[in-house]
Amino acid sequence: MSKRSNWSIPYVIFLVLFVVLPLVLVLVYAFQDNQGRFTFGNIAKFFSDRDALSTFAVSLEVALENTVLCILIGYPAAWILSNRKLNRSAVTIVLFILPMWINALMRTLATAQLFTMLGVTLGKGTLLFGMVYDYLPFMIYPIYNVLAKMDKSYAEAAVDLGATPWTAFWKVTVPLSMPGVASGILMVFMPTVSTFAISEFLTNNKIKLFGTIIQENINSSMWNYGAALAFIMLVIIGITSLFNKDKEAEGSLL
Amino acid sequence: MDKIIDIRHLSKSFGDKKVLEDINLYIRRGEFITLLGPSGCGKTTLLRMIAGFLAPDEGAILMDGKDLVGIPPHERPLNTVFQRYALFPHLDVYDNIAFGLKLKKVPQDEIDKRVRKVLKLVAMSDYEDRDVETLSGGQQQRIAIARAIVNQPKVLLLDEPLAALDLKMRKDMQTELKEMHRKLGITFIYVTHDQEEALTLSDTIVVLNEGRIQQIGTPTDIYNEPVNSFVADFIGESNILNGTMVRDRRVAFIGHEFDCVDEGFGEDNPVDVVIRPEDIYFTTEAEKTQFTATVKSCTFKGVHYEMFVDTDTGNELMIQDYDAYPVGSTVRLYIEPDDIQVMRKERTDNTLPGTVKDAETIEILGGAFALKSGFEPGTEVTVQVPFDAVDLLDNLDDGVLSGEVHFILYKGDHYHLTVRTDDGDDLWVDTDDIWDKGDLVGINFKSKGIKIRRKDE
Repeated sequence: MSKRSNWSIPYVIFLVLFVVLPLVLVLVYAFQDNQGRFTFGNIAKFFSDRDALSTFAVSLEVALENTVLCILIGYPAAWILSNRKLNRSAVTIVLFILPMWINALMRTLATAQLFTMLGVTLGKGTLLFGMVYDYLPFMIYPIYNVLAKMDKSYAEAAVDLGATPWTAFWKVTVPLSMPGVASGILMVFMPTVSTFAISEFLTNNKIKLFGTIIQENINSSMWNYGAALAFIMLVIIGITSLFNKDKEAEGSLL
Repeated sequence: MDKIIDIRHLSKSFGDKKVLEDINLYIRRGEFITLLGPSGCGKTTLLRMIAGFLAPDEGAILMDGKDLVGIPPHERPLNTVFQRYALFPHLDVYDNIAFGLKLKKVPQDEIDKRVRKVLKLVAMSDYEDRDVETLSGGQQQRIAIARAIVNQPKVLLLDEPLAALDLKMRKDMQTELKEMHRKLGITFIYVTHDQEEALTLSDTIVVLNEGRIQQIGTPTDIYNEPVNSFVADFIGESNILNGTMVRDRRVAFIGHEFDCVDEGFGEDNPVDVVIRPEDIYFTTEAEKTQFTATVKSCTFKGVHYEMFVDTDTGNELMIQDYDAYPVGSTVRLYIEPDDIQVMRKERTDNTLPGTVKDAETIEILGGAFALKSGFEPGTEVTVQVPFDAVDLLDNLDDGVLSGEVHFILYKGDHYHLTVRTDDGDDLWVDTDDIWDKGDLVGINFKSKGIKIRRKDE
């Protein structure tokens, strides 16, 4: 082993302790009963647990709606930010990214207070509002990145070949910015499935999400079932990120 | 004459910077015209205004008598080949080429036919289904050209299309472009900074510098009869020398008098003289000899030898000849009257406005120069500073003004520099010192030879 490769040792230790080991533990707990014996029971329990299944369905639905809303709002925002004619200063970009610097829990609590103050009934609407508010920067940033780096001559070439600016946008700019949209989806959809704080605060626990159930199980010491649920979620996240595999490189925040 | 494009009084600024100033130019139907100039001369800006990506501040671009200004680019009957091709990476070769035709709702079978035809023209048949990113630079270039000409534009705009190719490929593509131009019969407007490319390809060359047209002409005109020292220096190799027009058809330079063919420059007027290095001939006959020189260096350049000689009067000249002469030998030289190109000097000194500050100081271009004038403080004056009275200093802080060496011309026994001050004013300087383009210099004036007079006199 050469000397330089020794430098990676602290990182390897970190990865093992805080990434690999917890994942292994999740896996081990998920396939154990409370006596520590190997079982598929926890997984089976989920598929027969109507509450858990419906919460899972609701989570996916909310995540999907949140993602769609983030694309609908985030894409135009990213486009405007990347367009030098419309946005001449870097300050606006920072303003959009700024919320990312503040703890999401704090922002969510503040939003909940605001809704209570205004007398808005907490429910699906406030939940989606909070989700979009929290995750929008994660959609804007990768799309903005791709659009800002995109060679302007693509759109110019389309216009030169007879496309109206609108057609050029749909036929060239949008398809070429798909990698950014894909990583935006990855960064918004996944965390939304497992989120629990937002639903707790912004719906007063009226709407439970998958993350909430995991948290409840762990809190009430049902480690094995909680771990199984977390494992199922990881599998789903894993499957979704496979779709994203080849497009990740360009637009990703990671 | 059949003009397809007529550009009138076109001007464009980006912020404070004037990029193009009062451009007047017409383009004949079917010709291959090249906009040639160094980077930043405004050639690409001009092309982008013809294409419609930029709007001029002033002026008109008439195409077949109709003003294009205000018409969006997608409605203009011309197509562009972009510098880095700008092929759509999400579409294959066929869909790239068919892009424009599909937008125009051309029937599918005709699209097929036309795409195949242009692919054959650019020698890229059988590449229809290829991903554009798998193609080489030269192949992408061909597809970019095919994508433009498949729309049968009246005018094809090409923005440095060969700049990204290696030398060998560039030469091949030059020949092919010329052939394509002949076959298609449409007007080509070509932008390049490569003078050799311009000379090879063009019917007409437009030389641009600093936002102004310097010269318009055929390649031979531009090469043989450059109108100013910029064009002479930019196109090909040349010896640019200070001279004096003795009288019509007689000019003095490098300490000798020569017969020439130029008239109308007055008597005893300072002029610039351009001699191409291949136009200085060696001789052995005493009666043909106009001057002698010592060979300083001799380099083989493939077809010819390139030699630098010091003349008997101490000027350096570049000579190209098929025969080599040994370094150190004394040679006899002559120049034919036809080959001497005389140009009016653009200026003979720096004429600058100034304000007298006190008995010892005059403010010029925002700097306080130590110059005695004898005028009352506050007097507006005109200061004439000879080129050799401008002093350039290594240390910026030692100068009254600071600036950047912007353009360098070697004049046989000294350098003639254009120095741009930090405020964007130009000063012209004669110096024996060697500076490089982009050097930052301090500027001062030596008092000798400077003439000061009241502004209104």
